[in-house]
Amino acid sequence: MNATASSEPAAVARVLLLAPGDNVAVALATLRAGECVSVAGASVPLRQDVMVGHKFAVREIAPDETIRKYNCPIGSATRRIEAGEYVHTHNVRSNYLTNTTAVQGTA
Amino acid sequence: MSPARPPEGARTAVRSTELAACAPLRGYPRDDGRKGIRNVLVVAYLVECAHHVAREIARHFPAHEVHLIGFPGCYPNPYALDMMKKLCCHPNVGGALLLSLGCEGFNRPALEQAVQDSGRPVRTLVIQDSGGTRATLAAGIAWVEQTLPLLREQETVPMALSELVVGTICGGSDATSGLTANPAMGLAFDLLIAQGAATIFEETGELIGMENFMAERARTPELGDALRASVDKAAGYYATLGYPSFAPGNADGGLTTIEEKSLGAYAKSGQSQIDGLIKPGTQPPRKGLYLLDVVPDGEVRFGFPNINDNAEIAELIACGCQIILFSTGRGSVVGSAIAPVIKVCANPQTYRRMADDMDVDAGRILEGRGTLPEVGQEIFTLIQRVGAGEQTRSEVLGHQEFILTYKHFEPAGPACLPR
Repeated sequence: MNATASSEPAAVARVLLLAPGDNVAVALATLRAGECVSVAGASVPLRQDVMVGHKFAVREIAPDETIRKYNCPIGSATRRIEAGEYVHTHNVRSNYLTNTTAVQGTA
Repeated sequence: MSPARPPEGARTAVRSTELAACAPLRGYPRDDGRKGIRNVLVVAYLVECAHHVAREIARHFPAHEVHLIGFPGCYPNPYALDMMKKLCCHPNVGGALLLSLGCEGFNRPALEQAVQDSGRPVRTLVIQDSGGTRATLAAGIAWVEQTLPLLREQETVPMALSELVVGTICGGSDATSGLTANPAMGLAFDLLIAQGAATIFEETGELIGMENFMAERARTPELGDALRASVDKAAGYYATLGYPSFAPGNADGGLTTIEEKSLGAYAKSGQSQIDGLIKPGTQPPRKGLYLLDVVPDGEVRFGFPNINDNAEIAELIACGCQIILFSTGRGSVVGSAIAPVIKVCANPQTYRRMADDMDVDAGRILEGRGTLPEVGQEIFTLIQRVGAGEQTRSEVLGHQEFILTYKHFEPAGPACLPR
């Protein structure tokens, strides 16, 4: 279960793909729209800003497709998500408790 | 749930040289065989109506020597009584002053008897019988003044790492928690277990989605079923209440769903075998890794399972934890009454904003200033220093948060603690 962030301490990566089959990667620094980031050898152009710790799609994700991080399912896409698109509560739902985003005033 | 197993992280070996370099642990021996790493006197109010008098008594004394705990409710509750017994007889506690208004439902004779039977000094003051606020304050201060010197005179004895029970919790989580602080604390857990210590992780409501991974790590298949059932119970409980254990800050920090939060939270448990499932107030029977089921049994009542992080910390302490590891991404500042809290900061930006509140800068992993095994080792070493008397940041800053509310639990089944 341990993250692999420490496996390459020499080069400070800007993104982190937690497991090879994941369809989302994590920003390790604030990433800007239009920027191209390198994920597992491929270049992904970002469509929105992505804050530290937040996620973006590393490839196109179909509606209802499982979102995978650490090679584990963390929810399902509520619509088609483009490669490089910001992935968060606006396009993903929980497969368990669907009111996850029932946050006062901001849901 | 996919059958996919999360990738195995890098294991780390105990560096015996570092182990030897630490000051040895010193403990206060208790009649039940356990040892405390602190020797505090608790002032405990047994209903909110006695809170003010209890607080004023506690405030009269050095903050690190006298801690305030209590139960606010007027109605009796077996869980609350059991929690208060376990807390007043905790290894880090050397004596207890109990403050009652007089008409509340709390079974104060039972609590006093339990503390007395444990060999600790104890006194109950009933405000209605003691002449009101001023008279009770005077009597309480006099008793603590007379009792504290006894605690100060108590001698410590050498203590082994195997005599530690360490709990872990995450609060104010963000997406960095599961990348840095939580897996580093998991590594520290693995190191502690290798030394014969008992460790406890908790909050089944934040393990939703992890039930099958956990079951694979169970000591027996029956325990695996019990672990799954505990998470199912949590999912049902939270579904009824309408909110999962997921705060606005979790989403602001990049966590999208409860199962994503769970993935990060689960990393706190390390890689060891899961040896048992316990309820609040249950001591781990031997070394190893235990899951604390904090979600009440039976129909949903009394509200949210844990109204905040300190409610969970109090339950870990009631299980005998002498030290709590607390990971935070957004930046929590809390400590606790009774047991020191070690704050492990997952997010390097948060650390820069709130360094004074943090014991460990785990977020440096994200900036290439350290590795996961290094931070795991640092936490393991810090546990030993705190066990030898070093104060944590929250202790230095005077944090002694405490909360206890109503709950209901059934005893754990036989499958939960396989022999």
